[in-house]
Amino acid sequence: MQFIRRHQLAIVLVALVAFGLIVALVRYWAGIGAISNLSDAYPWGLWISFDLLCGVALASGAFTTAFAVHIFQLDRFRPVLRPAILTGFLGYVMVIVALLVDLGRPERIWHMIIFWNPHSVMFEVGWCVMLYTAVLALEFSPLVFERLRWRAPLAIIHRLTIVLVILGTLLSTLHQSSLGSLFLAMPRQVHPLWFSAFLPLYFFLTAIAVGPAMVILESSISSRVLHRGLETDVIGGLARAIPFALGAYLAIKIVDLTLANKWAAAFRDGMSALFWIEIIFGVIAPMLLFARSSVRHNPSRLLIGASLVIAGIVLNRFNVSLIGWTRPNEGWYVPHLLEFAITFGIVSAGVVAYGLVAKFLPLFADEPAPAPSPAE
Amino acid sequence: MSRYAMLIDETRCTGCRACQVACKQWNDLPGEQTRNRGTYTNPPALSAKTWSMIEFNEIETGDKVGFYFLKRGCMHCEHPACASVCLVGALHKTPDGPVVYDDSKCIGCRYCMSACPFGIPTFDWDRGLLNNALIRKCEFCVDRVSNGLIPACAKSCPSRVIAFGEREQLIAQAEARIEKNPNKYIKHIYGKDEVGGTSMLYLSSVPFDQLGLPALGTTPVTALSEQVMEYTVPFALAWGATLAGVAAVVRFRNRGKRIVENEKSET
Repeated sequence: MQFIRRHQLAIVLVALVAFGLIVALVRYWAGIGAISNLSDAYPWGLWISFDLLCGVALASGAFTTAFAVHIFQLDRFRPVLRPAILTGFLGYVMVIVALLVDLGRPERIWHMIIFWNPHSVMFEVGWCVMLYTAVLALEFSPLVFERLRWRAPLAIIHRLTIVLVILGTLLSTLHQSSLGSLFLAMPRQVHPLWFSAFLPLYFFLTAIAVGPAMVILESSISSRVLHRGLETDVIGGLARAIPFALGAYLAIKIVDLTLANKWAAAFRDGMSALFWIEIIFGVIAPMLLFARSSVRHNPSRLLIGASLVIAGIVLNRFNVSLIGWTRPNEGWYVPHLLEFAITFGIVSAGVVAYGLVAKFLPLFADEPAPAPSPAE
Repeated sequence: MSRYAMLIDETRCTGCRACQVACKQWNDLPGEQTRNRGTYTNPPALSAKTWSMIEFNEIETGDKVGFYFLKRGCMHCEHPACASVCLVGALHKTPDGPVVYDDSKCIGCRYCMSACPFGIPTFDWDRGLLNNALIRKCEFCVDRVSNGLIPACAKSCPSRVIAFGEREQLIAQAEARIEKNPNKYIKHIYGKDEVGGTSMLYLSSVPFDQLGLPALGTTPVTALSEQVMEYTVPFALAWGATLAGVAAVVRFRNRGKRIVENEKSET
């Protein structure tokens, strides 16, 4: 009994993972139709909107933090770098696992390595996600090497860090924006309030904004669950970037809607309401909050602001790819409960993996002072 | 412009569905269990088992209600969105006209289905890992056309709705029919210019959107995404160089600071 009480959360998570695995087996045996409401009219559903689009966006804390620490050399953010890299790495692994369920032919996922179509945005996304996951694995590897006390590989990775971070930032810029470009080919399917030639820029700017927000969320949760201190100054400092990214996004969006003469669509129907919810609660409110120093120094207000940014970006990705995505006279799509089972299973597996890493690897150890290398 | 096309004159269609049946027979497609939905359109939509079908539209013209048919199927675009977006290049347009599918490459991402402006490609939703789940759509009977035969649907049509031939000649033929019967036809050949032109050309006596064909512009829907992809490599090089430059400048500036700090801490 005591075991159950002590490990309540872990047991629930493992049960969700197990259920997700069973559902995945049914999908592999009987087809995607057996566990989902996906159809020829709605070929992309919950898994693409949440597991892929939101998953990649919410994993952006890794590249934004690595950029701040290694390219701008802002050492004060170093304490949150390792958790951010881990969250990003697990995020991308979760995206790939979700794709292995969603793809019609998961056993052929490697085909994108040998069959090329440079016209396809998906081709770029596939390559960038693959390469960036490898970069994240390398950025994460020092935790393993430190634990195993393997000095030689540790020294090699340490030397390579700046190259990895530049490459990671480049790859992230490319595919975070390309996820928006995916929808450039669907001018009729995507709702006019969201369809724009600027979709790649919008996806990129919102990904930059949600990176620090995810670090705040992840630090807040881990400090409570794992009973450790919260680096309020550090995450408050990261939050300073959010108003800039969201501000740029909002300004371009306003100009874009004005030039395209689309404001009428913002005062019409349910989609208009979702648009305003997204803009007011997901963009304007967090901009105002994080601009205030009293918010940036208060753990619970930081968490509220970060949650708004995250909820805003999730709503945005759903509006672009699912809620506002229609073909006339093609009916409705509401995700099947078993589709949620897959998503919850994957997210739970990610949380469990995070917990295991926190328990067995030096996740929160501040990095050792950089050894003076001959290059420096 | 591709060589072959089909001119589908919907004013001649009687809704006999011989084309629908011939398509199933030639491509060896199974039947579908359906139920009465209060319409003659059956099955309800294209699927992995039905690549071409007749849709029955009940349309009011003046004080009369009539059946107006649409032969639904792949349009075989001149600039196919499906082929443009396919990350493994499983779909391509042949010089003859058919947009064909290499099922050995496909990974089942279904981007073709999302991007198709006509919503044509379908997927084997009921097939698991062991059952070869694939994208399915009309392939313009490429196996017949490349052997000098006409497509199964055109071959089977008893009322000569579907004419197979050279695209330019069919367009001239369609224009001649409109000119000869200006009161009968809508003055528009659907597919001549839509999304950059298609290999399926339609004539109708009612507006095409009432038949269920979407009103589309004349530029291919993938024009923008292809343009973005062309900028990708130059952008990546420039951005990569910028990032490296920023990193170098920051390092250079901080190095000075660090030496000063180290000297301070030593004293």
